[in-house]
Amino acid sequence: MSKKENTFKNLIGKNGRALGSLGYFIILMLVFLIGAPEVMMRPNLHQSVFVMLPVIMFMVIPLVFLVTAGEIDLSFASTFGLSAYIFALLLKAGLDPLLCILIGILSGAVVGILMGCLVVYGRLSSLVASLGALFFIRGFLFVASDSKSISFMEISDHWIYDVLVGKLFGVPMQVYWAALFTIFSYYLYRKHVFGIHIHHVGDNPDSAAQMGINVNWVRISAFMYVGLGAALAGIFSCLINFTWWPTQGFGYLLLALAAVFIGGTPTWGGVGTIVGAVFGVGVIAYMEVGVVAMGMSGVWRQFFNGLIIILAILGHRFHGGRVR
Amino acid sequence: MSAIIELKNVSKSFGGITALKKASIKVDVGEVVGLIGDNGAGKSTLIKTLVGVHAPDDGQIIIRGNEVKNWNASKAREAGIETVFQDRALCPQQSIVWNIFMGKELKHRFGFIREKEQVREANKLIREIGFTSKLIDAESPVGNLSGGERQGVAIARAIYNNAELIVLDEPTTALSLIETQKVFDFVDNVKKSGRSVLFIGHNIYHVYDISDRFIVLDRGEVVHQLNKNDIEGPEALMKVMKDAVSKH
Repeated sequence: MSKKENTFKNLIGKNGRALGSLGYFIILMLVFLIGAPEVMMRPNLHQSVFVMLPVIMFMVIPLVFLVTAGEIDLSFASTFGLSAYIFALLLKAGLDPLLCILIGILSGAVVGILMGCLVVYGRLSSLVASLGALFFIRGFLFVASDSKSISFMEISDHWIYDVLVGKLFGVPMQVYWAALFTIFSYYLYRKHVFGIHIHHVGDNPDSAAQMGINVNWVRISAFMYVGLGAALAGIFSCLINFTWWPTQGFGYLLLALAAVFIGGTPTWGGVGTIVGAVFGVGVIAYMEVGVVAMGMSGVWRQFFNGLIIILAILGHRFHGGRVR
Repeated sequence: MSAIIELKNVSKSFGGITALKKASIKVDVGEVVGLIGDNGAGKSTLIKTLVGVHAPDDGQIIIRGNEVKNWNASKAREAGIETVFQDRALCPQQSIVWNIFMGKELKHRFGFIREKEQVREANKLIREIGFTSKLIDAESPVGNLSGGERQGVAIARAIYNNAELIVLDEPTTALSLIETQKVFDFVDNVKKSGRSVLFIGHNIYHVYDISDRFIVLDRGEVVHQLNKNDIEGPEALMKVMKDAVSKH
């Protein structure tokens, strides 16, 4: 085999999952383009997708870390609401918006740490524990807010609004921020001790512990990152909508998780892909508008969402199962 | 000779089952110590306590004359103790490089990995060990390797850090004859370089061949210790072990 062929084979082998996700994204876009060429060529359709796509990205990228570490979190969809609520309350109390954002982000990280401690020290299944936290936090939000939303139109006059969710070259600012976050996360995941230890812990926690890695700390910090991402998503969502509402973020729960798995990160831990997750988010974000654009009634939307998820995950089987 | 590590009256139990009862052992600089005993004698528990994977319930751990509190796996590695565990302690889905540097990565400031250097060092190491006949890419996952090759990775990791004490827990289990011989050669090399080895084995002939001193363990207690000069051969060692255990 020539060296060139070998390099090519290596490239496919090492990035199979990410390339697979790219493939699904391209196929999906082609189907929509053929099915509804006029609608899909309209720039404002893409603009509307790109308003909320970054919000999903903030949630999904940290979830790749957590799933790679062999854990799962459902509570992020409520942490989203909680951090946004704290942000909204502080804003209404007249605090500087920048400070409100920082405290909001911090609150998400704290919720993540608590979630992690619950799983690690309480020795609970992360699926069940975070399911409890999902309802508990959301329930708290309903009670605390008396099920009333909070609006803050005044934020649009502040400089921070333009910096975070304004427009640059016709593209929403949140797209740049999400891109920055994703690139940072990529390096954290592949090139930093934090990400590498996450891989080891998800692959074989006993081996990791025997080699002196603090497995508990690694797990807790992965939960922390998910909380932080959810808080970012929640705050961006508030800024985009000028409003906090009690059910905010709840609808993203299953879509964000689907994006992780469509993106090619398997459920068993130890492996995953940030690049794949980006395309996973792309699939999720376009799936909704695409189905409607093709002239199907909204009734069909969930049906096709499900079909796409199943086909994508079946496809990822071809990249191989778990190596032991 | 001075001791690299000394365990004094170390006890450990798991949910009411006593795995170690006031066990005391030490390993001196430059010696090869063989730890023998039947299945369930507590060999692996003793080793895992010695290298910090299990925290002892009671007793002292003394490193180069100083008692260390809150002993753990990370401290053991910092103290120059590397272990080749019975289960090899590998992550099969990760690359050979990542496995070799697991827990002791080469880092820039802020924790980013010196990736190229790691790959270069790993490639050098797997050549040195000579565990593989074909060319293996250090970036391929450990899950693609054979049992002997995986053992090679575990040994490469143990020697990379210039450890002063290398602990080998049943390193020849499930290896071919040639691979077993390679492990022995490796132990010889370590000894020649003036470092110490703690060797745990089922096979008394293997243990006899490479050790300078023997420790017999039975039901969590150290029941006998002797030097190689004190006995004739592996059969004599076997008899000593049986006597010590039956008296216990």
